[in-house]
Amino acid sequence: MEDIEELLRQHTFFRDIADAHLRTIGGCGVEVQYRPGEYIARENMPADYFFLIRRGCVAVEIQLPNSGPLCLQTLHEGDIFGWSWLFPPYQWTFDARAVDSVQAIQLDGRCLRGKCEAEPELGYELMKRFARIMTERLQATRLQLLDIYGERPGPAEGSS
Amino acid sequence: MQSFILEACHLDQLIQAIRQHGFQLVGPRLQDGAILYCEITAADQLPRGWTDEQEKGRYRVRRREDDAFFGYNAGPHSWKKFLQQPRRPVWRAQKAAHAMQIEAVVEDAPAMAFLGVRSCELHAIAIQDRVFVDNRFRNESYAGRREKLFIAAVECATAAPTCFCTSMNTGPEVSLPADLVMTEVIHDTEHYFLIRAGSARGEDILHQIPVEAATARQLRQAAAAVERVRQQVEAGPRSFDSSDLKALLYRNFESPAWDQVAERCLSCANCTMACPTCFCSTVEDTTDLSGDHAERWERWDSCFTADFSHLTGGPVRADTRSRYRQWITHKLATWHDQFGTSGCVGCGRCIAWCPVGIDITEEVERVRRLEG
Amino acid sequence: MIPAVYRIERRIEEMPGTFTLSLLPGAREEVVSLRPGQFNMLYAFGAGEVPISSSGTADTPGLVHTIRAQGAVTRALERLREGDTLGLRGPFGNGWPVARLAGRELLVIAGGLGLAPLRPIIYAQLQGSMNVHSVRLFYGARRPAEVLYRSELEQWGRALEVVATVDHADVNWPGRVGVITAPLSTAQLDPQHTVAFICGPEIMMRFCVQLLMGKGISPANIYLSMERNMKCATGHCGHCQWGPNFICRDGPVFRYSDIRGWWQIPAL
Repeated sequence: MEDIEELLRQHTFFRDIADAHLRTIGGCGVEVQYRPGEYIARENMPADYFFLIRRGCVAVEIQLPNSGPLCLQTLHEGDIFGWSWLFPPYQWTFDARAVDSVQAIQLDGRCLRGKCEAEPELGYELMKRFARIMTERLQATRLQLLDIYGERPGPAEGSS
Repeated sequence: MQSFILEACHLDQLIQAIRQHGFQLVGPRLQDGAILYCEITAADQLPRGWTDEQEKGRYRVRRREDDAFFGYNAGPHSWKKFLQQPRRPVWRAQKAAHAMQIEAVVEDAPAMAFLGVRSCELHAIAIQDRVFVDNRFRNESYAGRREKLFIAAVECATAAPTCFCTSMNTGPEVSLPADLVMTEVIHDTEHYFLIRAGSARGEDILHQIPVEAATARQLRQAAAAVERVRQQVEAGPRSFDSSDLKALLYRNFESPAWDQVAERCLSCANCTMACPTCFCSTVEDTTDLSGDHAERWERWDSCFTADFSHLTGGPVRADTRSRYRQWITHKLATWHDQFGTSGCVGCGRCIAWCPVGIDITEEVERVRRLEG
Repeated sequence: MIPAVYRIERRIEEMPGTFTLSLLPGAREEVVSLRPGQFNMLYAFGAGEVPISSSGTADTPGLVHTIRAQGAVTRALERLREGDTLGLRGPFGNGWPVARLAGRELLVIAGGLGLAPLRPIIYAQLQGSMNVHSVRLFYGARRPAEVLYRSELEQWGRALEVVATVDHADVNWPGRVGVITAPLSTAQLDPQHTVAFICGPEIMMRFCVQLLMGKGISPANIYLSMERNMKCATGHCGHCQWGPNFICRDGPVFRYSDIRGWWQIPAL
């Protein structure tokens, strides 16, 4: 088993982060594996972790009452998921399911929260990285909402 | 090039000489309350003694105090309608048993002679040449008509308040090649044309009409007549500095001026129809009732129409603001990048024929003022 | 310039409303040869013409065009069957700058029907006629049912890296779900040696360009294919003007660094 710090360093999320920070974060992390179909997170359950995907595909899903699960997005190598641990009530808002065999690093949110409070510099570094991911996800969501490949009424048809 | 004198009373002989060379002669004619370009067969059809009053959204013909043949200004027509036809068939297609056949409609281009082409109009023709002839592809219909064209240019001895050729460096003296170049001079009891040939064809014509060598005094008189017009246009209300137009408009795609002009502009396309350089066209495809015969026609189009910029879903330029901006920016700015010249010759037609009196020179100044 | 008559040799229904025609010229006509990214004007009898990019290979005879029926002319083309004839003028426009790719890593980024004008690039790479270091295809579509050339995508995936993603899917779709920018943003690439060819809806291209620039790719190494109304394709009718550019004559493929100023101006 590779050193957890080394695995973190290899992940794009932690690219170029200071060694000292990595050591601190590494203390909160463990390697995890999921079998195809296994749930990594369930809506409304306590969200104590976030995950860095090393291999495999994770589907972010929501259960619809009349048609079962709907996939909103898939996540892959180099992606991270889970920021519900950052804010109360610390509960997952979606399901996360392993589509195939998934290898990931699981970081303990409670552990990290404490370290971030104690070390604002680390906290800021981490928040910057989360903010970037959140921005990307928000943009992606907007793009998804635009339904750009669909036929759409033009500005004239919309207004007259 | 030697200049000659053609007495005004012999003008008809010039017309007949040109016609005898096989040209269909087109020139100015008073018709429907305006001076239009129509087929001319004799000098007495010319608008002798007529001129016009022009201002924003206004055009009226009125009598002159003299008998000048060419004492009028740019009217509603431009020569482009004879070169880039307003409507023409492009091809005909026919459905056979298992295939279609397509045949080009090839015109036996008429040999035309334009009488009374002003300097700004020579520039306009040269500008359209760059679009239709000296471009990657040729418009064969235009090129065929243009190749045979005989041009008898007339320098301006009059100007309208809507004229701004001096701002666009297109007149009033003739500076581009023409087969014949004439200057009409009326002085006391004298009425003559200073005339010179600019081509072998022009010289042939000169040999057939009663001309005599011009005297130094006559040369001076003709030059003075054109110089007076130059001064009049330079001092006129539309004279402006055009040297930085491209940069000005390239800086001002988001100027509030576009919103202001859009409140008045009707998107009626009159300016583009009257403009001697506007070249946009569209196509119409039709079939007959049997469905076996189809035709393609090309016709003038305007960037002011709603479907001009149509893409799936709707037009790219949905509002008047973007259409007026496109028109004026194309004319005065992007044209330089496309064809190495301005698209405006300063003839003022778009000013006179705008139903709400939008003035291209004022709009430029508005952009400039709002930038400051 | 009048159309030459071509016969439909093969018609493939790619998905409802989208079809691919393989065309061969009549006996008297010479085959027009299109470089990747160039387009032809296709004429449906009596209905009119539309500009359609090439979607074929360089070394097979005839021409291949993928068309979506969305206007009167494309709907008329949709009704044509194998053996029917249509008119064709071309080739027009500037294609993808394949000559500038020596040793480069090429990102082919396509959205929706935008894969059609880029398919010749993929074919060229599969045939080994591209002098590039590598080719990666990122393809985004709306839904699994609207994935263009779906079976070919799988074949291509065996020879080059293909990342296909759909915006919306149910759980039966085995592939990626998410917009095209998601896989692009995590892609490892060498900004100094990467060239991107992008074709798709304008909004999709804008997002992709921004993302690529964020990754350090120079605007001079990003190329995209633009679309505007076209009537003549010969630079005469004025319809496709976009700033100083005539899309038909100066495009449809542009280098982003040459057009970024025009890109910013709405309703240009």
